[in-house]
Amino acid sequence: MEKIIETSALTYAYRAGSSKEVRALQNINMAVHKGEILAITGQNGSGKSTLARHFNGLLTPTSGRVLVNGLSTDDRNNIGEIRKKVGMVFQNPDNQLVSSIVEEDIAFGPENLGLPQSEIIERVDWALHILNLEELRRETPHNLSAGQKQQVAIAGVLAMKPECIILDEPTAHLDPRGRREVLESSLRLNREEGITLVLLTHFMNEVIHCSRMLIMDSGTVKVEGSPREVFLQGDEQIEKLKQMGLDYPVASRLAAGLNREGFNLPSDIIHHEEFIASLCQLTS
Amino acid sequence: MPIDVINLSHSYKTGTPFEHKVLFDVNLHISDGEFVGLIGPTRSGKTTLAQYLNALYIPRQGRVLIDNENTADKKADLVSIRHRVGYVFQNPEYQLFAPTVGEDIAFGPINQNLPQEEIDRLVKGSMEMVGLDFNTFCHRDIFALSGGQKRRAAIAGVLACRPKVLVLDDITSGLDPRGREEIMKVVKDLHLSQNITILFISNSMDEVALLARRLLVMDNGKIIMDGPTREVFARTEKLRSIGLELPEISIIIDSLQSAGFNLPRGILTVDEAISEIAAALHLREGHQ
Repeated sequence: MEKIIETSALTYAYRAGSSKEVRALQNINMAVHKGEILAITGQNGSGKSTLARHFNGLLTPTSGRVLVNGLSTDDRNNIGEIRKKVGMVFQNPDNQLVSSIVEEDIAFGPENLGLPQSEIIERVDWALHILNLEELRRETPHNLSAGQKQQVAIAGVLAMKPECIILDEPTAHLDPRGRREVLESSLRLNREEGITLVLLTHFMNEVIHCSRMLIMDSGTVKVEGSPREVFLQGDEQIEKLKQMGLDYPVASRLAAGLNREGFNLPSDIIHHEEFIASLCQLTS
Repeated sequence: MPIDVINLSHSYKTGTPFEHKVLFDVNLHISDGEFVGLIGPTRSGKTTLAQYLNALYIPRQGRVLIDNENTADKKADLVSIRHRVGYVFQNPEYQLFAPTVGEDIAFGPINQNLPQEEIDRLVKGSMEMVGLDFNTFCHRDIFALSGGQKRRAAIAGVLACRPKVLVLDDITSGLDPRGREEIMKVVKDLHLSQNITILFISNSMDEVALLARRLLVMDNGKIIMDGPTREVFARTEKLRSIGLELPEISIIIDSLQSAGFNLPRGILTVDEAISEIAAALHLREGHQ
């Protein structure tokens, strides 16, 4: 599988070398594969955001290496190229919108790439179209809902035509509709445009839509696998995830509870639909 | 300590061309000891309403009575009202400013000019109420706390002012599942053991379903629903039409009902769901 991002022996310390040094990442070896949706989850302070900030060179390793399409983030000459490939969307949309008009905000990235005007317009139209934001193009960001603002932020990154977008808890402060819109738009970017996604999240009902997941704990990657593998029911696994402060998805919890009551449901249920289908099968 | 909101309206930038009305003729009564949830889409007016309850805003149109005291009355003791109605903001860790946990929590009582012994007692008591062990955490650096611990420290700082009412404005967003669970447990305990009246604002339908007995729904500056939580969450279509959702468990129960399972309405927790589904399955087996 082709790797867009690869870390080898990545270690990072805040205030490295001083007496107040804090080790945030310890010897991380992981990769982001082209075309996948990788979820990264783990408790507050486990190192998720620190790791993600290495993916486009916002942070560079204290030791070890991060390669993006084969380019090392350590070399300042590579940073421009790397940031074109890997875009980033943060938790609070209000902190990342820079213009007073939606389309100008989306044009900000392409303008900074020094593209010709016609190309900028084309890209803005394209990004608005992909995210279904055409009607909002002349709106002021502060008149938008939080979910819409977050989608404008994603459109701004998209207009850079990146291969990979890192979403750092993009739904943490959104209302239910906003959460659904942002999740659906993101999944569509992957499905229809083939954009690789890395989604940092605390919500298991978002994780289950990803193709692969990592669980971080105390600056290391503790668990890696597909959501179905990771949320497989078994006493040992349940205990392991609990120790890392994580929940099982609701459908898995329901299935596990019913199995404890003596029913015989598959032990790898993660989606609502699967749970409902398996109950229907049980009674048919 | 009852709270009454009577015909309250609010505009931002009043008197300018940018005037923007955010509350329309809101009426609300909260009785002593209630646990009330408040949900609504972004910008529906939740936070603006909440800020009236501890006199951060003083009404120009309508009235707010805290323990029958009108906050707009010139003789109203606003400082005392703000102590009695504690307000914990979203991202409450931003409210922390002292170097250590103990100092931060002591800030309120110190400003009330209480004797040192009383201050110590309040700090210790507040820390216990939020599950932060006094000996372990009193001298701990604020920056050495986890996300959930910081929020609990911020709540303790508000509790040290001995509020009768707590307004909690989306205090769990951005926390990991364990942090959320810790905070929810603290809030539940405060309500049950300290008999504190709680207004719990949240974007998480799952949390309000687990905590609140009564649920308010706001949309476009109005309270459009007010009733027992189970009844409010039974109005699926109305909630979805304003961009809200059901708790995740209710979504699954809804689908099962559509698939022909005979389940009662108003199931809000995983445990309830498991026992009701098990009962329904047993019943079906019995028929076969």
